[in-house]
Amino acid sequence: MIYLDNSATTKPYREVLESFNKVSTEYFGNPSSLHGLGGDAEKLLSQAREQIAKLLKAQAKEILFTSGGTESNNIAIKGTALMYRGRGRHIITTEIEHPSVKESMEQLKALGFRITYIPVDSNGTVSVTDIEKAISQETILVSVMHVNNETGSIQPIKEIGQLIKQYSKIIFHVDYVQGIGKVPLQFHDCQIDLCTFSGHKFHGLKGTGALFVRQGVKISPLFSGGGQEWQQRSGTENVAGIVAMAKALRLTLLNQENSVAEMKKIRDFIRLELEKIDGIKIHTPVLHCAPHIINFSIHGFKAEVFVHALEEKGIYVSTTSACSSKIKKASSTLLAMGVPEEEALSSIRVSLSYENTMEEAIQFIETVNEAINRLRKVMN
Amino acid sequence: MNYDRILIRYGELSTKGKNRKVFIHKLKRNIKRVLRNFEKINIEADRERMFILLNGENGLEIIELLKNVFGIQSFSPAIKTDKELENMKNAALDLFKKIHQAGETFKITTKRSDKTYYLDTNEINQIFGAHLLKNIPELKVDVKKPDINLQIEIREKAVYFSCENIPGAGGLPVGSSGKGMLMLSGGIDSPVAGFLSMKRGVEIEAVHFYSPPFTSERSKQKVIDLTEKLANISGAVKLHIVPFTEIQQLIAKQVPENYSMTTTRRLMLRITDEIRRKNDGLAIITGESLGQVASQTLESMYAINDVTNTPILRPLITMDKSEIIDISRAIDTFEISNRPYEDCCTVFVPASPKTKPKKEKVQYFESYIEFEPLISKAVENTETIAIAPKAAEQDGFGDLF
Repeated sequence: MIYLDNSATTKPYREVLESFNKVSTEYFGNPSSLHGLGGDAEKLLSQAREQIAKLLKAQAKEILFTSGGTESNNIAIKGTALMYRGRGRHIITTEIEHPSVKESMEQLKALGFRITYIPVDSNGTVSVTDIEKAISQETILVSVMHVNNETGSIQPIKEIGQLIKQYSKIIFHVDYVQGIGKVPLQFHDCQIDLCTFSGHKFHGLKGTGALFVRQGVKISPLFSGGGQEWQQRSGTENVAGIVAMAKALRLTLLNQENSVAEMKKIRDFIRLELEKIDGIKIHTPVLHCAPHIINFSIHGFKAEVFVHALEEKGIYVSTTSACSSKIKKASSTLLAMGVPEEEALSSIRVSLSYENTMEEAIQFIETVNEAINRLRKVMN
Repeated sequence: MNYDRILIRYGELSTKGKNRKVFIHKLKRNIKRVLRNFEKINIEADRERMFILLNGENGLEIIELLKNVFGIQSFSPAIKTDKELENMKNAALDLFKKIHQAGETFKITTKRSDKTYYLDTNEINQIFGAHLLKNIPELKVDVKKPDINLQIEIREKAVYFSCENIPGAGGLPVGSSGKGMLMLSGGIDSPVAGFLSMKRGVEIEAVHFYSPPFTSERSKQKVIDLTEKLANISGAVKLHIVPFTEIQQLIAKQVPENYSMTTTRRLMLRITDEIRRKNDGLAIITGESLGQVASQTLESMYAINDVTNTPILRPLITMDKSEIIDISRAIDTFEISNRPYEDCCTVFVPASPKTKPKKEKVQYFESYIEFEPLISKAVENTETIAIAPKAAEQDGFGDLF
């Protein structure tokens, strides 16, 4: 099997599963319980928090554990809206956000908030000036993703942070789900107030994630209850999942240090080889893009057919983002970049992990060539 | 050319006469402990200053750690050269370019310790000033308020260049003023008292009273975590955990309720004093602040202090709670202290403890009770843990992380 759908989810590391198993078996106590078992669970929780904070150059109390990217994005956006609706009811975001951002915005729109969607250029990048122009007295939140999940393009987070710093009323949220472990991001240097990440994108487990909440920033909780996570996110903590995530992050960042150069080499190889194939158009920009994503269209092929053709040979890729794969809808990021609908409907995403090898890339390219030749015969 | 060493200027200890050797030795030991993860560094110390030779280790990380070490007045990343003028000029320019940003002004300060050097101070200033001005476009001199002060020090065997003066933590090297026992409850005040004593050179060992099942494993963990924060400053701190349940129960049974607190404190002090004696300490340190609670009125202190004539250091005695909290936040112990677990000071608190206990009365109540055997037993069963800074520690959770 050659798994090239790592932006959808990653395979949990064996060591990560071992930690999950051991914590679930031996330290299953509720961190809120007074007895020793609870104490151990609490210790594990705080050690995991410290480790994650340290790895991301944040402080422990700035890490709020959640169930994943979708929840973190919901808390960040709706929590800010609830908290500061008295200050203003205008929110700025981009046209290429993940559905958990976009749909949160739409829900707020229905509640009377005004939402500005900033367009992107043909490389999939927003312009800082456009954001600046959109800012009004009423603006309380700017939410911009870091690495786009469909094309891998990187947004100018630092510059946007510099801009927003001048407006003390505005909270800056960044969706870092695709970037973490691949493209470093300094939360404090970039003036980020809220930052989302998710465990299963870096070889942790589904159902784990966190929201970075910069010290001093207050948002309304969405879950009411027992007051866990400093009253910000009630519900018994997923201790085993959280410990597993802490370990996954450590291992991933270690791999990033050692292997990101190799990943770029593999990515460049795939890109170069795809460009040679007649009818293939690559949507991922050459500059300002993450090292693990390549998005391309094959002229005249339905993306779905191609995904299944590769699957027959044991190669797993994705049509667009996995969350929207089941609905036959063209990638909204590509459409926003000005890619024609027909082309957007035939787009394929290849996404790497540090586990992928050059041999796999070579085999992938061979299989793509084969599949195209075979299918072209059928289709013509 | 990047800086290859860090020059450390001693604080007050420059004035300490014959004890100076001891001070420098302790400072060197503490720096070594704090920088133990940087294996390649070399520390050279002389009477005037200390040099940390980086040998390729990460200077920025080392600078951050040095900021917390007591006994350092200030320090500067520096370059060493021989006394060849051309080499000196190149080094000065390289170092300067590293930190200079467009629009910044500069001046040069030369210290000519080697009085035999063929150029005098003014000549050196002029030569190097001209060299920088020639090579960096639009650079300007400002001798009153320069953005960068390039310091040149001509010594007998070498020349040192540095551009930044980073303030150190001041104070005296931990251990240079002897050892004291810190009574560490787990509250906000005692870690701050420990920190301030360390600032004046006291090496501390912490003493904690543990009363299971009235206080939980977590309150003990809290104290371990607090000790760890203090260990970050000096490299290592011992923690003595005294089993106190039996004594507290006896007090509750035998001493009138409104005096039980006074007696409890007296016994804690006696036990701490005994541990001090066994460990060659010279003082006891507490986090008392005058009038803060019933046990910290002058009357209470008078009645409690009666059990020993060992010096008791009370660094917080005149501080307001808000000042103490500010320090505890700065040294990162506030959040730990605020964890909501019962500790030895909060269990068995009488409804209305005496704020003005009489020494004679408490002596009288205690005269009916045989405490000595229990005190010896508590001291004997005291558990001593050596606490190292965080990085070295594993927590018993094995490879979970």
